[in-house]
Amino acid sequence: MEKTDTSTISLKVNGKEHTIKVRPWVSLLDALRDRLHLTGTKKGCDHGQCGACTVLCDGKRILSCLTLATMKEGSEITTIEGIAESNELHPLQQAFIDHDAFQCGYCTPGQICSGIGLLKEGKAKTREEVKELMSGNLCRCGANVGIIDAIMEVKEGGRHE
Amino acid sequence: MNNFNYTKAASIPDALKELNGNTANKIIAGGTNINDLLKYFITTADKLVDINPVKDHHTIEELPDGGVRLGAFATNADTAYHPLIEKRYPLLSKAILAGASPQIRNMATNGGNLLQRTRCYYFYDINTPCNKREPGSGCSAIGGFNRIHAILGQSEDCIAVFPSDMCVALAALNAKVNISGPDGDRVLPFADFHRLPGSTPELDNNLKHGEIITSIDLPAEGFEKNYSYLKLRDRHSYAFALVSVATGLDLDGDTIKEARIALGGVAHKPWRIPEAEAFLKGKAATGENFAAAAAIILEGAKGYEHNSFKTEMAKRAIERNCIMALHPESQRPGAQPSL
Repeated sequence: MEKTDTSTISLKVNGKEHTIKVRPWVSLLDALRDRLHLTGTKKGCDHGQCGACTVLCDGKRILSCLTLATMKEGSEITTIEGIAESNELHPLQQAFIDHDAFQCGYCTPGQICSGIGLLKEGKAKTREEVKELMSGNLCRCGANVGIIDAIMEVKEGGRHE
Repeated sequence: MNNFNYTKAASIPDALKELNGNTANKIIAGGTNINDLLKYFITTADKLVDINPVKDHHTIEELPDGGVRLGAFATNADTAYHPLIEKRYPLLSKAILAGASPQIRNMATNGGNLLQRTRCYYFYDINTPCNKREPGSGCSAIGGFNRIHAILGQSEDCIAVFPSDMCVALAALNAKVNISGPDGDRVLPFADFHRLPGSTPELDNNLKHGEIITSIDLPAEGFEKNYSYLKLRDRHSYAFALVSVATGLDLDGDTIKEARIALGGVAHKPWRIPEAEAFLKGKAATGENFAAAAAIILEGAKGYEHNSFKTEMAKRAIERNCIMALHPESQRPGAQPSL
């Protein structure tokens, strides 16, 4: 049994180990943005309603706003900053550009991380299923048609590694 | 959030010891509800006890009696997509997948699903009276904006509804809840787990403080041939139910051998009326008979200014969902109407 006030935790983010001191109530979202300066992950509602803070945890899409940083010690976190390979965009990033899948861009990092999670899960077979399984990410600009087009293209092209 | 301490529990006895004697010590599993409640100061904690490191209760396993045990700490997503659940309990799989979002289902656990709090607007607004949040302060929903509120089993003190989809299916399936506590282990039938508000709406369920849900058992009968989950809501996805229905039918030709019907979004707990299910036994699987069962289920329903539509909506949803259960292949993503 380990008990903590402020604890020193080690977070593995985008393949790199970071050691930070956090209070127990610091969310993973705040730790990423304010401590590690990975501001690509957005704080939208901070209550699990918008999906803007979506990151991948051990390959699965989760909401970083409803996660305590201290609970993710030992997990592999991937944020929008970590999905491209060197100078080459992830196929879903390229598809978002090709399909005009954003206007203001605020929801985009969460949309792309969520889309990558969806492709890995492999549960969405049809466009209707892709729409249903992307419903946790809101886009207030109304770019949803482009977002679903982009995911469908990558899904059907089999490009999701 | 208030400033709390945090502890990892390595085992159930370890977690029970950490909870001991202080109602401000709370379990955290997926965190999808408690973190939100903490952020709004609807709940506070002296200490959060993280049960994720506990080795047991993370799996979905067959039981010797032909049933299946759902570990309390398995995620909703891992449960809904588990081959045993998809094949033998598709009603449960569909209900889970109609709830929340993929990200939340990847985090939220089965035990936590049972223990989530209502989404009543006034419960969530600490500037308004709410008997569930602050006993004795009054109910703002009665006489307030009550579109999402209860029409069955409510009291003068509370008209909140229990928001889970998963639990509507668990009620229909006659699940059992396995609980560990300081005085040992006990089992509650699903119908006895959640409670009606009465004069103590601050209590959502019959879990005692200091107890932990360790697993949920499903009986062998999963209604895998004739089932349907229907969820009606203000938008197509990622919204709580205005009315939802879980139906399981065991048929002999066109004759109903056994029927299970549970409602969500209408009461402080998943709503089942055994008399309606008994009425259907031995009868033909027709819209007329399903409508008659629906009338029995909605007997005594009482609406308020903004939710009186729910009574008729629930009746039609029951009839429609029973017909959908005759054609389970028609099920659509998000438990939308299919027929």
